[in-house]
Amino acid sequence: MGEAPVISVRGLVNRFGTQVVHEGLDLDVLPGEILGVVGGSGSGKSVLLRSIIGLQHPAAGTIRVFGEEVTSPECDLLALSRRWGVLFQAGALFSGLTVAENVQVPLREHLALPEPLMDEIAAYKIAMVGLPGEAGAKYPAELSGGMRKRAALARALAMDPALLFLDEPTAGLDPVGAAAFDQLVLTLRNTMGLTLFLITHDLDTLMTICDRVAVIAEKRVLAVGSVAELTRLDHPWVRDYFLGPRGRAAAGAQAARIAAGERAVPAAAGGSAAPAQAGGA
Amino acid sequence: MATQAADTGDGTGRPHRLPLEGELTIDRAAGLERRLAEAPAGPLSLDLAGVTRIDTVGAWLVHRLLRDRPGSRVEGASAGVTRLLAEVAAADRPCSIRPDPRPAWLREIEKAGEAVIGAVNTMGAGLGFVGTMLLVTLRTALSGRGIRWHAVSQQMEATGINALGIVGLMSFLIGIVIAQQGAVQLEQFGAQVFTINLIGRATFRELGILLTAIMVAGRSASAFAAQIGTMKLNEEIDAMRTIGLDPVEVLVVPRVIALTVILPLLGFYASILAVIGGGLLCWTSLDIPPATYVQRIREVVPMSDFWIGMAKAPFFGAVIALTGCFQGMQVAGTAESVGARTTIAVVQSIFLVIVLDAFFAVFFTAIGFV
Repeated sequence: MGEAPVISVRGLVNRFGTQVVHEGLDLDVLPGEILGVVGGSGSGKSVLLRSIIGLQHPAAGTIRVFGEEVTSPECDLLALSRRWGVLFQAGALFSGLTVAENVQVPLREHLALPEPLMDEIAAYKIAMVGLPGEAGAKYPAELSGGMRKRAALARALAMDPALLFLDEPTAGLDPVGAAAFDQLVLTLRNTMGLTLFLITHDLDTLMTICDRVAVIAEKRVLAVGSVAELTRLDHPWVRDYFLGPRGRAAAGAQAARIAAGERAVPAAAGGSAAPAQAGGA
Repeated sequence: MATQAADTGDGTGRPHRLPLEGELTIDRAAGLERRLAEAPAGPLSLDLAGVTRIDTVGAWLVHRLLRDRPGSRVEGASAGVTRLLAEVAAADRPCSIRPDPRPAWLREIEKAGEAVIGAVNTMGAGLGFVGTMLLVTLRTALSGRGIRWHAVSQQMEATGINALGIVGLMSFLIGIVIAQQGAVQLEQFGAQVFTINLIGRATFRELGILLTAIMVAGRSASAFAAQIGTMKLNEEIDAMRTIGLDPVEVLVVPRVIALTVILPLLGFYASILAVIGGGLLCWTSLDIPPATYVQRIREVVPMSDFWIGMAKAPFFGAVIALTGCFQGMQVAGTAESVGARTTIAVVQSIFLVIVLDAFFAVFFTAIGFV
């Protein structure tokens, strides 16, 4: 590819009091790829995400997003935030606004568009994430968990960002809903040429849509690579993760999908060829 | 790189050609929309060969034009653009944006009706809540487990001990103000010495208790409503029910008992500090020595004043705690609801305290206990 990484983290150190979360963490996210981030509970996945989007000030290290240094005090986070979308774990929809109004919040904040166009944009974004038309006028409290996730994704996509952060997007969804969400993310990436930074525990998601997976353990990125490459690693945690009973089941399911001719990962619009991987089990 | 559009229609009934170049993105959406609207009427032929970047908003505007002007078509679209156009076209479905499209006057009437029904329902629910609280208290007191005294003492600390500083300071200053204003007015009649009567009777009978109750309503009714309301949003109340805990027994009863017990104590403490504040002013500006002041207070303040004040306080405490807890339990749905209920809790508890105070004033006069 040879392109500059969209996100580049170097020597990141994060600590809370005496507890060190990250110690010299390095990570690159390349344009047009879907990078999955995995790690045990409490390994600092969410802290890494919060550091990258500027919500958490790291103790040391540099973070560059679109070539801009997020960690420097001169960084214009507001301008950067126009170019990325974030889907928080619980959705974080504004509870006092309807779904459509939630989607319009970033549009209103950053752009001066005529009202009818803004309504149309909200309407097609809501349809794009697979929500029914009635959902637009509903308040977040009136939606189910899965619908709330989709609504939050519609808001994250409102500004047509080039970079999308997803924090456990399929957690709490039923398997059918989770699979549909995976396909939705894949379609969006392929049509809009998005770069995705995806925190997940969902092995099916990892195997179906991620081009590369970064394993966070021992306060740093232990390894980055395709699922097949990672399963060949000789590290106890990684082996347990990908070759445990659940990992094998997900890999088997993925192999069966590919055997059935359903190529799960077509090439992205940005030209980043990402071959579908059969699980290494 | 600006989006450029120039119409080069050949005027033979065939679609006008409209080349679009550069970036068709959300940042240029307003300009692009204007250009497309200004294009001559009738079908258009959009030439997208010069497009360098396009996002869904650009694709949406192109799609909308194709949809609204039958016969229009696009030329020179790359594979990516075609795919994006198809994606946007698939998402072109009717969607409701505003929750209530009815006319404003109808909504106003509806709001008024809802307010009346809401008020009636709240009154009923409030009475039911008081009844439930009393029943649960009785049942818990008689059951083997008994009242949760640990929770009661915790609440006493939070609502009483932690309020000592602010309640004390407030009462002390109020005492000074009464004394100062009283002295100025009574000086006109040469009756400055009656300032002491004013301070003693006003604080023990009315102000010490009333102002404490208002301060506690602001501090604790809001805290109760916000605590219980947030627990309700987090489904903690539901979790309690499934474990077999009665939220009224666990959350409401200890709070009501704590405030009922603590408010007379706080009120007494406040009255004493108000008397001290008044005494300080009498000493410094009226030259009444403390010993004389204390003796005069004992002579002019009848015990009935003290007992009336103390009799009112538990009722104030109970009303404040019940209002706070009740409003907390009424929270539903959103974070906004917590804020709204907390506000209502403070306003209603202060209002109810003043209504009760007026009732007691009439009541004690009617039974001749003055």
